[in-house]
Amino acid sequence: MARVLMNVPAKARKGDIVELKILISHPMESGFRHDATGQPIPRHIIREFVCTWNDEEVVRVDLFPAISANPLLSFHALAEESGTIVMSWTDDRGERQSEGAAISVE
Amino acid sequence: MRRAPALLVLALLLVPLDAGAAEKRSGYADASPQTRAMQDDDSINPGFLWVTQGEALWQAREAGAARSCADCHGEARQSMRGVAARYPAYDASLGRPLTLEQRVGECRRQHQGAPAWPPESDEILAMTAFIGLQSRGMPLSVAVEGPVRPFLEAGRALYQTRMGQLDLAFAQCHDRLAGERLAGSVIPQGHPNGYPLYRLEWQSLGSLRRRIRGCLVGVRAEPFAADAPELVDLELYLAARAAGLPVETPAVRP
Repeated sequence: MARVLMNVPAKARKGDIVELKILISHPMESGFRHDATGQPIPRHIIREFVCTWNDEEVVRVDLFPAISANPLLSFHALAEESGTIVMSWTDDRGERQSEGAAISVE
Repeated sequence: MRRAPALLVLALLLVPLDAGAAEKRSGYADASPQTRAMQDDDSINPGFLWVTQGEALWQAREAGAARSCADCHGEARQSMRGVAARYPAYDASLGRPLTLEQRVGECRRQHQGAPAWPPESDEILAMTAFIGLQSRGMPLSVAVEGPVRPFLEAGRALYQTRMGQLDLAFAQCHDRLAGERLAGSVIPQGHPNGYPLYRLEWQSLGSLRRRIRGCLVGVRAEPFAADAPELVDLELYLAARAAGLPVETPAVRP
């Protein structure tokens, strides 16, 4: 399991625009490099990233090579109701990972 | 009154000398505003990926290990406060100074019945980053007197020795030419106050040894082996040379 730093405010006021951030530990191997013996290193990047707020999609991202290792994704959302924010992503090896955080909106 | 001109001459003579000794300047000051912003915000500093891992390792009792770090040392926030600022430090039972990485390794061997983590492994970087963080903001203050002295002097000599095909000493770049440029990059004074640190070039956290190895390869010298005593001497001298600079672990550098 990749290490993750997810940053979501615990509280927000209704109508606020909140910043949601996540830093994912991932090699993001571009697929264009070769190892010491000249063999190509297979591409291994996060392909798709989705963030939902109470199952409603907030953002969906397609990622490509040339994004650095350990990518930081940061975006904004309108706070409307309390609930759970879930971020999930899939990489080239088909590994899926999700992180969730609760937010209370007053 | 008659002495005033003499004093003035003395003062003028002292100015260039002082400029030569230059004020200590952390690599932070030479980093770009974007890189500094990454270091300043814990929620986007990639070094914290390792710090959180280190925090978990601190509590973990490994299979076969008698106890966890926390079982002896308790809350790291108190027990490890200021520790990283004092390393490398002399170990009386071994009769030589140890770096923080080596100290953790010895602790694992002697008290946990576990093998030391390999150099540059995520575990040792995570643990030293977590321990280092507890000293963040505190001034570097390694002991320089007593039994550690000969090791410090060996480190100083190494620092001033020309090495490699390019025949360069650390002192030539990081004392004499610090602040000038090597191609597009500013040559920093080379203070070790943020290790282990996240280097954008490495796209990873790395130790001071890894940084020194990069410099040695850069001057086309044969790098020291990972466990070479010369590296400890050098790290000790660098820490003493940077005395007073605040610990920035985990720092971010280009």
